[in-house]
Amino acid sequence: MATFPLRIGTPDGLLFEDEVVRVVCRSITGDLAILARHVNFCTALGMGEAHVVFEDGTRRDAACIGGMLSMMNGTCHLLATTWEWKEDIDEERANAAKKRAEDVLARSGLTDREYKVAKAKLHRALVRLSVKK
Amino acid sequence: MAANMKAVKLRIKSVSNTMQITKAMELVASSKLRKAKDRAETCRPYFRELHQTLRDIAVGNTDFSSVYSRDAVSEKYCYVVIAGDRGLAGGYNSNLFKSLEAEAEGKDYMVLPIGKKAVEYFQRRGVETIGEEYAEVASISVADCFEIAKLLCKEFKNGSFGHIQLCYTEFVSMLSQQPRAFSVLPLKDLEQVQPGEEKDAVRSLILYEPNSSEVFDAIVPEYLAGVIYGGVCDSLASELAARRTAMEAATSNAEEMIEKLNLHYNRVRQASITQEITEIVAGAESI
Repeated sequence: MATFPLRIGTPDGLLFEDEVVRVVCRSITGDLAILARHVNFCTALGMGEAHVVFEDGTRRDAACIGGMLSMMNGTCHLLATTWEWKEDIDEERANAAKKRAEDVLARSGLTDREYKVAKAKLHRALVRLSVKK
Repeated sequence: MAANMKAVKLRIKSVSNTMQITKAMELVASSKLRKAKDRAETCRPYFRELHQTLRDIAVGNTDFSSVYSRDAVSEKYCYVVIAGDRGLAGGYNSNLFKSLEAEAEGKDYMVLPIGKKAVEYFQRRGVETIGEEYAEVASISVADCFEIAKLLCKEFKNGSFGHIQLCYTEFVSMLSQQPRAFSVLPLKDLEQVQPGEEKDAVRSLILYEPNSSEVFDAIVPEYLAGVIYGGVCDSLASELAARRTAMEAATSNAEEMIEKLNLHYNRVRQASITQEITEIVAGAESI
């Protein structure tokens, strides 16, 4: 199958730069897949599972949280706030984060901001755990 | 003569004390610099990529329904100025402010200062500022950058200013740091063609999903945060490199000074001994 260059960058550096067949991730409106020769395209990313498929058919899973995806003139740029490959995810840490967020949410009298932060943390932890499984 | 000797001795002592301090500062700066340089280098590709992608979008953009892609609503500029927390870093802070003054000449502007020196500078000059809580540049994290970005976006949408520029010090190498300012918002400002590049006559169309204003609303804060974080990382490395160079120079100056003072001290000591001998000999002869 036709491949296209994909570059994944986060504030922690350029994580990935290679030819891929397909990249799937969650945008703000739902899951989407990008194949080679896609029209120039731009969208914002939500929180969710993502994966990349290589030419030999191998698949690499990751957790992708926030950011943007743009396809410009045949090159795909995925600039995420965080992008963690499945093998890099620390399950214990994610579990602990989930627990902490749930504890905070169970409390009453949270400010709007605290509620939002805890909710986002819980969401992130859940995404990580679902990728790991 | 004896009084002079004592003064020179004291002077040597004080200079060597200063030298110890500058030497310690140099060591601290170089050990911190290593970490900051790594951080700046890992962050740089993201910073470049982000800027480049947004530029590509800006060039190809034909949709002006979003606040961020429209023409500027006001001629007011907002500068995000990233300076250091402490002085004693050579010309690091003053070079940055000088380049900002040159850039902002004749424009109506306000600033968002990051770093203690920047906050102090703009307070003293009575420039309008938004948010002075980012007084410590060394402790700024990605999360703080998102806060700053959110604040900027809110003010931008309210129409408090029409342009946002980032003013920071680029870390070129250990020995050279360049203050720089570039446009961040609105996206139209990014279109300016860089030297050596030619602008395409044909614009390529871009598909936005679900629609351009929603996409811009989501990615612009992200982009701002990324660009600010990149600027902070670079500036921090620049500050430490500038401090290291300045302290290195100070230490070598102190060494030179001590050498000169020692020579002077020995001369004075020698002269006083010679004088004593002459006095004794003269006294013995007269008996």
